[in-house]
Amino acid sequence: MNQLAALIRVFSYLSILTVGGGLAAFPEMKHLTVDVHQWLNFEQLIHLYSMGQVAPGPNMMMIVVIGQWAAGVPGALVVLIAFFGPTAVLALLIGRLWKHLEKWPWRTSIERGLSPVSIGLLLAGCLSLARGAVTGWMTALIAAAVLLILLLTRLNPAWLVLAGAVIGGLAFGPVKL
Amino acid sequence: MSDLVAKTALAAPTTAAPDQDISILSIFLEFLFIGATSFGGGVVAYLRDGLVDKRGWLSDQEFVEYLAISQSLPGLNATNMAVLVGDTLRGYLGAITALIAICLPGGLLMFAVGIAYHQSGDNPLVTAALKGVAAAAIGLILATTIKLGKKSLAHVYDLVFVALTVYGVDRLHQSVPRVLVVVGIIAILWYRPRKTKGTTQ
Repeated sequence: MNQLAALIRVFSYLSILTVGGGLAAFPEMKHLTVDVHQWLNFEQLIHLYSMGQVAPGPNMMMIVVIGQWAAGVPGALVVLIAFFGPTAVLALLIGRLWKHLEKWPWRTSIERGLSPVSIGLLLAGCLSLARGAVTGWMTALIAAAVLLILLLTRLNPAWLVLAGAVIGGLAFGPVKL
Repeated sequence: MSDLVAKTALAAPTTAAPDQDISILSIFLEFLFIGATSFGGGVVAYLRDGLVDKRGWLSDQEFVEYLAISQSLPGLNATNMAVLVGDTLRGYLGAITALIAICLPGGLLMFAVGIAYHQSGDNPLVTAALKGVAAAAIGLILATTIKLGKKSLAHVYDLVFVALTVYGVDRLHQSVPRVLVVVGIIAILWYRPRKTKGTTQ
C-alpha cells in the first residue's frame, strides 16, 4: 500500500516535468526511482529507458515496468494513471482554452519562450542518460554513429538500435571473437 | 493570407460541432494502429501520416498548431496530441479513447519486456546487448533533440536560454521545476508581445 502511494506521488510529479518530452524528466526520475526509492538500479533504468525509446507508441511506456517491479500489476496500472492522468487533464483544459486564445499576444510569447527551455531540458536529460550509457570508446562510437546516420538519412531508428544490440552483444558479451 | 482566413472560417464550425461520422471505434482503431506500428520513436510522424494523410481528420495546419500546443505543455507529445485530436473529434470521450489506444500496445509490450528482463536481465549476453542498445539510444535521442532544435530555435538568444537550462539542471543540480519556472519566465518575458512600429491595431 505504501509502495502504491509512493508510486503515485513520484509519477504524478514526474508527469508535470515532461515539458518538451519524457527525457526532460529523466534526471529527476533517476533521482527518485533509483536513489530515493530504490525500485531499480541505474543500469536497469538505462536499459529499460533505451528499450522504451524504440518500443511503439509514446516513448515512456517503460514506466509500467517500474510500477510492476515495485508493486505488481496494480503498481503498473497506478503508474500509468499517475503519469498520464495529470498531463492529459491539463492538455484537455488548456488545449480548449488555447484554441480560443489565437489572438492573445502572449500565446506566441509563451510558445517561443518555452521552446528553448524545453530543448535545454531535453539536452540535460540526454547528458544524465549518457553518463550511464556511454562508458568507453565502443559505446561512444555506437552513439556517434547512430547520431550521424540519423541526421544524414531517413532510416528507421529501430534498425540502428537493433544493430547496437548486436554490436553490444559481440563487443561486451561472454563469447569473444 | 486570404486563403488562410477562408480556411479558418471553414474550419471553425467543424471544430465547434465535431463530425458525427467519426465514430469512437474508428478513433480507437486509428490510435491503436499508430500506437502499435510506431517502432523506433518519432511517433509524431506516424500521427501525421495517420491523421492528416490517411484519415483526413485534420488539416496540415491544424496538425502543426496542435503540435505547438503539445510541445508547450507538460506531457509527452504523443499523448498530448492524442488528447487534443481526440477532443476535437469527439469531445472528452474521444480524448480518453485516443489516449488509451495509443498507449495500449506499447504498454503491453513493455510489460512483457519487463517480466522477461527481470528473469534474464543478469544474463551476460543480454547485459552486453543492452549496453549496445543504450549507447544507440543516446544517438537516437540526441538526433531527435537536434532535429527539434533546428526547427524551433530561431534566434541566438534561444541558444542562451538552452545553455542556461542545461547549466541549471546539469551543473547546478537545480530541480527541473525550478529551472523551468525561472528560465521559462525570463524567456517568455524576453519574447513578450511588442508593438511593431508604424502599425495601428
